[in-house]
Amino acid sequence: MEPIKIIEIKKSIFADNNIDADELRDELKKKGVYLLNLMSSPGSGKTTTLIRTINLLKDKIRIAVMEADIDSDVDAVKIKEATGIPSIQLHTGGMCHLDAEMTRQGLDSVPMEDLDLVILENVGNLVCPAEFDTGSCRNAMILSVPEGDDKPLKYPLMFSVCDVVVINKIDVLPYFDFDIDKCREYVRMRNPKAQVIPICAKTGEGVDVFADWILREVENWKK
Amino acid sequence: MHELGIVFYIIRDVKEAAEANHVDHVSGVVMNIGEVSTVVPEYLTDCWRWAADKEELLKGCELKVCTIPAVSFCEDCRQEYETVRYGRTCPHCHGENTYLLRGNEVEIKEIEVPDCPL
Repeated sequence: MEPIKIIEIKKSIFADNNIDADELRDELKKKGVYLLNLMSSPGSGKTTTLIRTINLLKDKIRIAVMEADIDSDVDAVKIKEATGIPSIQLHTGGMCHLDAEMTRQGLDSVPMEDLDLVILENVGNLVCPAEFDTGSCRNAMILSVPEGDDKPLKYPLMFSVCDVVVINKIDVLPYFDFDIDKCREYVRMRNPKAQVIPICAKTGEGVDVFADWILREVENWKK
Repeated sequence: MHELGIVFYIIRDVKEAAEANHVDHVSGVVMNIGEVSTVVPEYLTDCWRWAADKEELLKGCELKVCTIPAVSFCEDCRQEYETVRYGRTCPHCHGENTYLLRGNEVEIKEIEVPDCPL
């Protein structure tokens, strides 16, 4: 057998991404642009929630949306048609998440100097996106009633990295065994600081609370 | 689930290390993978084979996985226990104030390069 030399590395593979993410956040702070990373399962109502929220905010602040998907541009087209704000599609090329470098490439194609808020709609998945810091100022996630109130227990990392948990589709609560108080308790167990906002994106109920939260965040970021 | 993405990160970091050490072929990469890192070692090695063979530096290079057992700590009784077996509830005092000490590592431990003296 040929002789082998060992070179010790001892480095987390997330280390470089964490550095990239911190650099991106610094740059966003300097430019006064707030980046919100929005995560959820597929089908939780992310795009519908976004459209509602953007329509409440678009006269107050300048917004753009980056849609991340493995393929297709249906979400970006839908957002642009329903809100009139700039919306770009990012393709992850088969990957199940976005990292800080991909986020940066997306931001390079939006007019940052003319924006206050960029919303990043991450790939629909409760596992992988939680592992990779995108460089966003805050993380938000949407959990919908049909998914079940036990999701904070099953996907602890996702709930522990989120600053706000939006519970969507509360109009169907009577038809599901979803206990909203229990869900709040599970979220609190994983992340005592997370704020829980129940909404119904279809009827608009509670969406103003989420929109106000975003507005306050953007204002604080610009200070 | 995200093993392919992780493989791309490993390749990037190994390339950097190879360049820094003036190495033109790497024959082995040893990873420390925590038991609760959400990385499935078999998927990782499968993705690795596919992606590594596309790189001149890594043709035939083997990916070896060292599993790091997950250990949690209980703040109530100040004792350690096996995370995978007991989850978030301390087996000693049944307390819930527990946190992970180790076991979520995804790191490159070392790389192996052919040692051919010139």
